[in-house]
Order: sequence, then C-alpha cells, then structure tokens
Amino acid sequence: MGNPLKTIVNGLLAENPIFVLVLGMCPTIAVTSSAMNGLSMGLAATAVLIGSNAAISALRRVIPDEIRIPSFIVVIAGFVTVLQLIIAAYFPTLDKALGIFIPLIVVNCIILARAEAFASKNGVFASACDGLGMGLGFTLALILIGAIRELIGAGAVFGVQVFAPDFYQPALLAILAPGGFITLGVLMAVMHQLKIRKELKSRAPLAESTYDGWAELGSCSGCALAGACRKTECAVKKDGEGK
Amino acid sequence: MNLLGLLISSIFVNNIVFMRFLGCCPFLGVSGKLETAKGMGLAVVFVITFSSVMTWLAYNFLLAPLGLDYLYTLAFILIIAALVQFVEIVMKKMMPALYKSLGIFLPLITTNCAVLGVAVINMNEKYDLLTAVVNAFGTAVGYMLAIVMMAGIREKIELNASMPRCMRGLPIALITAGLMSIAFMGFSGLVK
Repeated sequence: MGNPLKTIVNGLLAENPIFVLVLGMCPTIAVTSSAMNGLSMGLAATAVLIGSNAAISALRRVIPDEIRIPSFIVVIAGFVTVLQLIIAAYFPTLDKALGIFIPLIVVNCIILARAEAFASKNGVFASACDGLGMGLGFTLALILIGAIRELIGAGAVFGVQVFAPDFYQPALLAILAPGGFITLGVLMAVMHQLKIRKELKSRAPLAESTYDGWAELGSCSGCALAGACRKTECAVKKDGEGK
Repeated sequence: MNLLGLLISSIFVNNIVFMRFLGCCPFLGVSGKLETAKGMGLAVVFVITFSSVMTWLAYNFLLAPLGLDYLYTLAFILIIAALVQFVEIVMKKMMPALYKSLGIFLPLITTNCAVLGVAVINMNEKYDLLTAVVNAFGTAVGYMLAIVMMAGIREKIELNASMPRCMRGLPIALITAGLMSIAFMGFSGLVK
C-alpha cells in the first residue's frame, strides 16, 4: 500500500472527480447555487464515500464477481439511508436545501466508480483514504462552483456580501438553472486549457496540440460502468460513437 | 392539477435535464449521434414508466403499511436494478429486434439518476398510481426530447474546426445545455 497521504492528495488534485474524472455531474450542477449548499452536499457525499469504500473493501473477497455491481449498490444505498436519517434528524434546513439529491447520492457515479476502480482491489484503510480524498476533491470542486455562482448571481460568498448592491447588480441567471451548466462549462474549458498548455510545454515549440475534447467526451473513461460492461468494449460507444 | 397539465409540465416546464438536473451523465455522454440518442431516449421512456409502477406499488402496498418507508432508497434502487435485468432478459427472448436497438442501453440505465429521481418525486408528491405513471411518462419523454435535441446540435458543432481547442467536447456541450436550459425557462408559467 502506498502512502495514505498520497492517496488523499491524489483525489484532491491529480484525479479530482469532477474536473479530471468528470463524474457525478447531476449534483454538481444542481446543488451549487450557493457555496454553502456545495459544501454540505460535498460533505454528505464524502461521508458515504468513506463508509462505502471501507465496507466494500472489507467485503471484496466475499462478493462474487458476477453480482458485484448490485452488491455495491446495496451497500451504498445502506450508507445513504443512514446519512439521510441523520440529516433529517439533526439538520432539517439542510434536508430542505438538498432535498431529492440526498437519496440520489446512491446513483452518484463517483461512489460506484470508486467502489469498482479502487475499493474492490485495495485494503480497507487505503480505500477509506481514497474515499476521503475523492470526497474532499468533490467537495472542493462543489465549493468552487458554488462560490463563483453565488458571487455572480448574488454578489456574496457563503452568504457574506462581497460586492455592495449599489456597486454590482447581481446577474440572477447564474444561480438559476442555466447558470450551473454554463459556469461548469467555462471552468471545464479552463481545465482543458491548462492541460493543453502542459502538453505543449513538453513538446517542440510551435507544435500544434493533439488534444481532442470530443474524443474524450465520447470515450468510456467517465462511465462508472466501463469496467462492468459485459463486452470487452463499452457497447454503446462502439455501436454509436466509435471514431 | 389535471393529467394533461401534469403531462405538459413534466415534459417542458419541469424538464428533467434542464430544470431538475437529473440524468446529466448519460445526457452528456450518449448524445454524440442522433441514432444512439434516440435509442437511449426510448429505453429510458420504457424503464422509467415501468419502474414508476413497480416502485409505486412497492411503496404503497409494502413499505408504507409495514412502517418501513425509511428504507425507500434501498428498496427503489433494488427494484430498478432487478427490473432492468428482467426487461433485458424478456426483451432478448420475446422481442429480439427491439433488443438489438435498445438492449445495449439497458445496463447504463440502472445508474441513471433520472429513474430513481422520478420514483422519489412520485413518492414525495404523494401521487396516486395513474398520476404517478403520467408524471413518469412525461418526464421520460422530456428526457428523450432533451437528449435527441442535444445530439442534433452536437452533430453540427463537432464539425466546427475553428472552435478553440480548449472548448471542444465537454465545455461547449455544457454551455449548449445551458443555452437550451435558458430556452426551456420560457415555458415556466405555462401550466398553473
């Protein structure tokens, strides 16, 4: 097993679940209308990730390979139910703000993808660390998106007024539905630009980047079920989107 | 609210992708070709409509009377996973032609949060069976509409060679979805 700290930092930066692995889009767009909502959703998902990763890792020799996906989902759903009851009991305002997205943590691609890619192959402690790192990476990304949207849409961050109302007229669109898509799109473009710049630096000057975002979007990399697809290649992509 | 109003509202006003943000992963991942998007959309309509019936029955006749309603997340996801498997097996045996076009999407649908989302919405709103099915069907049609429109647009923008490299793929797809979402906001207030 590698250094546990390294596993955690890996989830935060090098394999950030949202910006690098592109998993779990739905809650990312839906609950980030403010930085606070992003933080709470991130922490909720982190709690589930740590628990499910540890439990699945502990059970990895018991679960037969053929039915591992349904088994993983049951374990994850168990942890989500526990979390749901805790939130409803102790944080009713949070329960109202996140609403339907708390039960939907079950089908968040990040959690199933980490169970499949990491927890089913590694020890309990390493898997818990991976869950913590991935969860914190997810939380960080949600806070970033939430803060940007809240700043543009309400002139505040974490509810604290940053721009005086007579200085800046908030663009409400940013905290409405379309703002989520557009903010994430712009942030993704920035991430791509950083990737392209890094690639160009390592090669001859004036060379053209070979980076192709369309191929990346069409590939199976972001699909939690890529490893579980019964065919060697993901059938959907091979059939329809193969290039 | 009457059923026709609910149908229109679930397709357009509360469009599942643009207004409720459910099912975004397959919406962005499987919208590369118009044909694939159609297949995915049809499979989603099929599964959502069926699963809403099953989850409604399970909740109202099994979980609620036994006082186990807090287990709904666990029960719903199991029902959906089992249903998807069942549909796949039956379809393979009885309707090979349909299976050929829709079968490959079925495993992907288990983890599509739109399916679980509709079941939870039906439960939260305390719909009766008919209303729940109409809501589920409308939502699924709204999903199909969104993914097919997105695929149509993507087929065109992927041909644009002058687009900056950093915008290709996910960024422009997300911004397109944002613009479509603005258009869908125009439907708000259509149904009271």
